[in-house]
Amino acid sequence: MKKGVAITGMGIVSAIGNSVEENLEALLTSKSGLGISKHIQTHHKNTIKVGEVGFTNAEIAKKLNLPKDNNYTRTALLGCLAAKEAILNAGIKSISEYKTGLISATTVGGMDMTENYWKQFASNPEVQKYIWSHHAGDSTEKIATSLGVTDYVTTISTACSSAANAIMLGTRLIKAGKLDRVVVGGTDALSKFTINGFKSLMILSESNCTPFDANRSGLNLGEAAAYLVLESDEGVALQNKSVLAYVSGYGNANDAFHQTASSKTGDGAYLAMKKALKIAGLQPSDVDYVNAHGTATQNNDLSESVALQRIFNEKSPSFSSTKAFTGHTLAAAGAVEAVFSVLALQENSIFANLGFKMTMPETGLVPVTQLQKKELKHVLSNSFGFGGNCSSLIFSEA
Amino acid sequence: MKTCYIHSVVSISAQNSFFENDTVSEIQEYSDYKISAVHPPYRDFIPLSQLRRMSPAVKMGFAASKKALEKANIEQPDAIITGSGLGCIADTETFLNRLIENEEQFLTPTAFIQSTHNTVAGQIALGLKCKAYNTTYAHGSVSFESALVDAQLQVEAGEANNILVGGVDELGTEFVDYVHIVEHKQKQPIQVPLSEGATFCVLSSEKKEGTVAVLKAVEIQSKITDENIVTEMQAFLKRNKVDSSEIDAVILGNNGDAFDVYYQHIEKLFPKTDLLQYKKYVGEYFTASAFAFWMGAQLIEGKTLPKQFFARKPESKSYKTVLLYNQFKGSQHSFVLLTQC
Repeated sequence: MKKGVAITGMGIVSAIGNSVEENLEALLTSKSGLGISKHIQTHHKNTIKVGEVGFTNAEIAKKLNLPKDNNYTRTALLGCLAAKEAILNAGIKSISEYKTGLISATTVGGMDMTENYWKQFASNPEVQKYIWSHHAGDSTEKIATSLGVTDYVTTISTACSSAANAIMLGTRLIKAGKLDRVVVGGTDALSKFTINGFKSLMILSESNCTPFDANRSGLNLGEAAAYLVLESDEGVALQNKSVLAYVSGYGNANDAFHQTASSKTGDGAYLAMKKALKIAGLQPSDVDYVNAHGTATQNNDLSESVALQRIFNEKSPSFSSTKAFTGHTLAAAGAVEAVFSVLALQENSIFANLGFKMTMPETGLVPVTQLQKKELKHVLSNSFGFGGNCSSLIFSEA
Repeated sequence: MKTCYIHSVVSISAQNSFFENDTVSEIQEYSDYKISAVHPPYRDFIPLSQLRRMSPAVKMGFAASKKALEKANIEQPDAIITGSGLGCIADTETFLNRLIENEEQFLTPTAFIQSTHNTVAGQIALGLKCKAYNTTYAHGSVSFESALVDAQLQVEAGEANNILVGGVDELGTEFVDYVHIVEHKQKQPIQVPLSEGATFCVLSSEKKEGTVAVLKAVEIQSKITDENIVTEMQAFLKRNKVDSSEIDAVILGNNGDAFDVYYQHIEKLFPKTDLLQYKKYVGEYFTASAFAFWMGAQLIEGKTLPKQFFARKPESKSYKTVLLYNQFKGSQHSFVLLTQC
C-alpha cells in the first residue's frame, strides 16, 4: 500500500514560538502562548486572551530584508517567515529545479492593515499602498515571490478549515502528477475585525480556553503561519530525501446545517473523517491520536465530540486540542495542527489538552490532559469552519 | 483519465447574459468607472425570507448556481467549488465601518458571519442540503480558474461525477472607489469599468444530451514575463496536443492598462483567428474571466455573440476549439481550452 504523499519540510511561527523547534519545546513542556495582546490596539485588549506572535512587523520586515516602503501586511510577513523555514527545513536550494507550487490559506488577508487605514484610503497617499494588499491573494503572492515560486500559485479561503484544504489540494496535485513539489499551509494575523466578529458572536473567552471541558467558555483567537513541503515519491527518491511523515488521508464535507453553527449530529465532521479514513485505507481503530479542532466553544466541542463518537464507535482514540497553546489561528489552524501532528508522530507524544477539568456530561469524553508518550503511527487532525466547511487530514509515520 | 464535460454555463454580468434564450442580443454601453451587474429578479430563485439578508454576491451566486444545476438537470452535485477574489466585500465593508464608527462597541454579528469568502459556497450547500466536498478559492484573477483546476482534477480522477463550479465577485460600495483612486494614479490605468458578476457551470464526467462543450485544459501560472508569454502559450498548447491552427477563437481579457501588451503578443500568435474581448462591456473584477468561459461555451454551442465582442472576425464559421487567456497586472495568468464534444 502506498503510504501517501511525503512531507519533507515544515515551518511555523505561532504564539508558542518562531520556529518548529520552539513550538516543539513549548508543546513538550505544556507551555501555553496565550496572553494579553501587545501589538493590537483594540478596545477589548485587557478583557481577552490571545495567541500572539512575539515579533513586531518591523522585526519581521528586517528579518526578511524588506525595503522600508514595502506594503507587506502582517499576514504576509508571518507567511513569508514560516514558508521560508519550511523551504530551508526541506533542504531546498533551487526552487526552479522541480515544478513547484504554492497553496496558501487565509481568511482575513490584509485586514490588519486595511482596518488601520480604512478611513484614510481615500485621502492619504502614504497608506494607499495597502489598498492592493487587502485581497486574500496578496499574502500568497508575496510568499511566492519570497520563495521564488512562479508556477502554480493559489489561495484557499474556507474560514477556519482553509489550511487543511490547502494541504488536501497539494496532496491531490502531487498524486495526480501535476506538480513535483508544493508548499502548502496558511497564514492569518490577528485583527480587530476578527476579534470583534467573534466577540459579537459571544464566543470569545475572557480567560485561557478550556477545550472539551464541561464549563468551557469560548475560544481565544490567535495568529500564526505554518507551511509544509510536500514532494512526489520520484522527487524524494531522486534526491534521497528524508521524509518527516506522510499525508495519507484527507476528507472534505459540508455540514449544510447553518452558516456558523455546527449540527448536533456533527454530520460534516463525521463525513470528513470517514472520507479521510477511506482515502488512507485505514480503519478507525488504526488512528492512534486525534488532534481535534476543539475550539472550546459550546457548539464546536459538543458537535465534534458527537462526531468522534460516531466515527470511532464509542471507542475514541486518545485526543486533544492544542488551541489552548496557540489560540484559534483561523485559516492557519489546519497547517499549525498539521505541523503538531507530524511532531507528535516524530516524538511519539500526545500533546496536552490544557485547561481541561470536567467531563462534558453529554458525551463523557476525556481528552489527554498531560503530555503522554505513546507509539503513534497515524494521527488524524480536524479543522472546521463557518459555511459548514469541515476537513480532516490523516498523517502517518515515515 | 476521464473527459471533463461542461453541462451548463450560466452568467450574471453587466450585460443581459442571464436571461433566455441565454444569449446577449443587444450590447449595453457604459461610461461610468464602476458598473453593477444586470441583476435578475431574485425572488424567482430565492425565498423572500432569505433574500432580505443576502448580499449581492450571495444572491448572484445562488441564482446562477440554481439555473446552472437546472440546465444540467442535476439536483445534488458531488462537489461545490467557488472562486471569489474579494469575497463578500459588501458585508466586510459594513462590519468594518460599524467597528470603526462604534469604537468596537454594540456590534451585531450578521455582517461578520456573512463576510467570509466561503459564504457563497456555504449558502449554496445550505440551500441544497448538500454535504459534499465544498471549497472556495480566493486568489485574485485566477480565483475561478483555481476552482476549475480542482474540479477537473476530481472529474479526471473519477472522484466526482457532477461538480458545481462558480466564480463570483460583488462591487461593494467603498473599496471599489479606493481601487479606482490608486489605479488612476498609474501611468496607464485600467480603461474599463470596475464591475461584478457571477458565472456558474456544471462539469461532469458523463456526456449526455445537451452537453455544451469539453473543458480540455485549464492551467494557472503566477508569473510570466511579457517576452515569455508566447513561449508559455505555445508550451501550454503543446502539452495539451493542440496545434495553434486548430484554434477557432481566442478570448482575451484586455482591460486597457499597460499590461495589455501580454494580449498583443498572443494576438500575433493567432493572426487569422477570431479574436474576442469583453471587459469593456462587463467590466473588470477578479472573476471577470469566468465571463469569457461563458462566451467560449456560447461559441461552441453555436450561439451568436454580439459583434461588439469581436475585435477580429475574418469569417463566419463554427467554433470547435476556443482558447481563453487572462492575466492581471502581469501576474495570475490563466489558460483555458474549450472544445466541442
